[in-house]
Amino acid sequence: MLNKNSIWKVLSAIIIVFGCALYALPNIYGEDHAIQISPGRDAVITDVMVEQVAQTLEQNNITPKRIEFEDDRILVRVSDSDTQLIARETLEKAYGEDYFVAMNLAPDTPEWLEALGGTPMKLGLDLRGGVHFLMEVDMSEVMVKSLDDAKNSFRTALREEGIRYRGVTQKDNYVELTFRDEDAADKALFFLRNQNRELSFDRIDDLVLRAVFTEAKLQEIRTNAVNQNITIIRNRVNQLGVAEPLVQKQGADRIVVQLPGIQDTAQAKEILNATATLEFRMLDLRNDVRDALNGRVPPGSQVIEDQQGVPQLLEKRVMLTGSHIIDANSGVDEYGLPKVNITLDSEGGNKMSRATRDNIGNPMATVFIEYLSTGERNAEGKLIFEKHEQVISVATIRAQLGSRFEITGLDSPKEARDLALLLRAGALIAPIQIVEERTVGPSLGQENIELGMQAITYGLGLVLLFMLVYYKAFGIVANIALVTNLVMIVGIMSLIPGATLTLPGMAGIVLTVGMAVDANVLIYERIREELRDGRSPQQAIHHGYDSAFSTILDANITTFIAGLILFAVGTGPIKGFSITLMIGIATSMFTAILVTRVIVNAVWGGKRVEKLAI
Amino acid sequence: MQLLKLSSTVNFMRLRVAAIVLSSVLILGSFVSLGVNSLNWGLDFTGGTLIEVGYEDAANLQNIRTQLNAADFEDAIVQNFGSSQDVLIRIAPRDGVKAVTIGEQVLEALRADGTAVDMRRIEFVGPNVGEELTEQGGLAMLVALICILVYVAMRFEWRFALGSVAALAHDVILTLGLFSVLQIEFDLTVLAAVLAVIGYSLNDTIVVSDRIRENFRKIRKGEPVEIINISLTQTLNRTIITSLTTVLVLLALFFKGGALIHGFATALLFGVVVGTYSSVYIASSVALALGISKEDLMPPQVEKEGADLDPMP
Repeated sequence: MLNKNSIWKVLSAIIIVFGCALYALPNIYGEDHAIQISPGRDAVITDVMVEQVAQTLEQNNITPKRIEFEDDRILVRVSDSDTQLIARETLEKAYGEDYFVAMNLAPDTPEWLEALGGTPMKLGLDLRGGVHFLMEVDMSEVMVKSLDDAKNSFRTALREEGIRYRGVTQKDNYVELTFRDEDAADKALFFLRNQNRELSFDRIDDLVLRAVFTEAKLQEIRTNAVNQNITIIRNRVNQLGVAEPLVQKQGADRIVVQLPGIQDTAQAKEILNATATLEFRMLDLRNDVRDALNGRVPPGSQVIEDQQGVPQLLEKRVMLTGSHIIDANSGVDEYGLPKVNITLDSEGGNKMSRATRDNIGNPMATVFIEYLSTGERNAEGKLIFEKHEQVISVATIRAQLGSRFEITGLDSPKEARDLALLLRAGALIAPIQIVEERTVGPSLGQENIELGMQAITYGLGLVLLFMLVYYKAFGIVANIALVTNLVMIVGIMSLIPGATLTLPGMAGIVLTVGMAVDANVLIYERIREELRDGRSPQQAIHHGYDSAFSTILDANITTFIAGLILFAVGTGPIKGFSITLMIGIATSMFTAILVTRVIVNAVWGGKRVEKLAI
Repeated sequence: MQLLKLSSTVNFMRLRVAAIVLSSVLILGSFVSLGVNSLNWGLDFTGGTLIEVGYEDAANLQNIRTQLNAADFEDAIVQNFGSSQDVLIRIAPRDGVKAVTIGEQVLEALRADGTAVDMRRIEFVGPNVGEELTEQGGLAMLVALICILVYVAMRFEWRFALGSVAALAHDVILTLGLFSVLQIEFDLTVLAAVLAVIGYSLNDTIVVSDRIRENFRKIRKGEPVEIINISLTQTLNRTIITSLTTVLVLLALFFKGGALIHGFATALLFGVVVGTYSSVYIASSVALALGISKEDLMPPQVEKEGADLDPMP
């Protein structure tokens, strides 16, 4: 007999549909307003703290819905956004020093569902509200710095080796070394080549050498610059108190930063955009700053003002740059006086130790260097940055320093905190600029969700009605498939960790609803044709499904190709759209062919049917 | 219920010369408009700043313009967006550090007199990014067309492949032409819609081509024109119904989806109509003009008499 369901077919259809439905379920529970407390650098969260948080809230007459402690963070759920604001302020005051207190929306998924790994779909910023930044790392500045480092190391190496040179100068993208005699040039070439594998040396003429970075090294420098920026931006983003921020590399020299729920974009930009570096240098005590101010700046020294505008005479030689700083935080010493603890990486520790060995008792200055845009552009259309230097602290070296040391003698705890913040920010090596920004206010996000839902509801309603009227009983089957399809799209979107629902994504779902019935239309029209050709209802169903199959497959695969290309090439809205489109194509093939077949077979198959309601 | 009860074959191909002339005129018109008017490129492509703000009552655009002029934004374009309370402000790209903070400056200027202004969205796109997006978009379109060409050529036959890609190019050009003539803003979402048009139109074309191939194999006697006519007649109901359901959801999107999605819905609505027409006329006409014949579509193995299943080629 034709059109009988095999058990495995029915079972697999049921399992897949219910599996998807299960994972689509978390989306109907909605979200709680919540405050998230996560530990700062040195802090840990314990059960005791959960108690304290509960007490703090109680003292301030805030009744939370629930306080949860998981994944090393505390989540305080409250009933509405007003309470959320007050609770955040209260908790920020109490714990802001050592912890990151951020507002968040926490899914209100039941525990049993959460245990199965069920989470709601991630909403894009256009639906949730928030800021999206695209930042670009200024590679030319990175190159200048790297060449500068190379130049300095050549000088030191040649001096130590006793090779006399006339000059080592930094040019556009190479370092040029000139020598007094051919012999020295030969020796230098041999020696430097051996010592510096990541540079390639060329002999320009008898007395001149030229060193350029190898392609591999250039690549490494670029990657490092971007990665370092990413690390630093992550830290800065944490200071902003954003839950679930996204900081990600895009392309060769760009970084995407997404901050859901942020409304004060001005503050966000200020913190993110502050590109800065630090340098530790010795104060020049052999010369008088007044002479320098009168125009007699000694060679090898430089005048830089401090925060009060008082000029300081500094040696030009940099003991250590901020890129070696791993961490800096404020605290108090044993006498209760404010101090700043600084941790360096091992290379930085060695450099510091060497530099301070002979300088005990002498003052060391910390110079904060910011790159501020001048508003002008270079030939390549990129913004030109200008260097602003400022002395942020002068401290006497008490002992030979290592990779951990502290700066004391600060006036107030606030000064210590500010200095620590500057030191942390100062680790940036390459200036960055925002090249794209998209901010969506919370009201628009909510409105977009509503509009998208409305469009889906109306679109679905119209199609359901049409199919019912046009294909009667078989229309109902197609409608079941269509609704199943929607549930499956939602379920799969919730399951895929990287999939985000955006407004164009919702448009993609609407479009899928309209196009998904196509497969059923193809099958049903085929069945009708077969019936007109005089076949029996059972044969018509059988042949209808069979002959429509390859057509549906071809049509969907080609559309899928289009979706795949959209996904590969597109960014932002295009990507969001293509994800739902592709998922929709896959699920619609499944529901329109397999699910409807199972139902049709169950209802009409395997028995005598005189007439089909189609 | 049935949409069209067709007892005899409709002679679609009789109109094919007229259709080709019509399409050629439309394509030419689109090119002329694209050349003269260009597209109304959106912020995504031109760079610049866009600020959408919401007022509690109907917004006074004149007042906003005065406020912005006072704040040195003489080039600001101010218009309503979706409703009378919503205002869209566009500011051309400018150089310097100020570019990044234009959004905040505009909000500050509007709030200066104490009016409650709700920030709905700010978009800032640097000029370089815009150029890249334009390149990427064009590239996406080209790569999509080539991949489809290859797939259809492999799966069917090169004449069909050229026919379908001609139909796709036709749809894309006409849709771009419409956006150029009406000067509707062309942004990233519209680009996504145009690419979706490619997907939809292709879907249609494949269904028709599939039937043509099947009929070439099944019907022993008959001129190519005749077979194409038969195939088009057989698939006509399906073509119309699918277009209808798609148009239904797109109307829902157009009227209920909000102002942000208008361009998207417009592009798709137009594209679906054009795509339906092109899959009937353009794809098959081109295949026919290239001399498609029975021999080209016969499967490599000898088919059994009476078998009506499609063997995979």
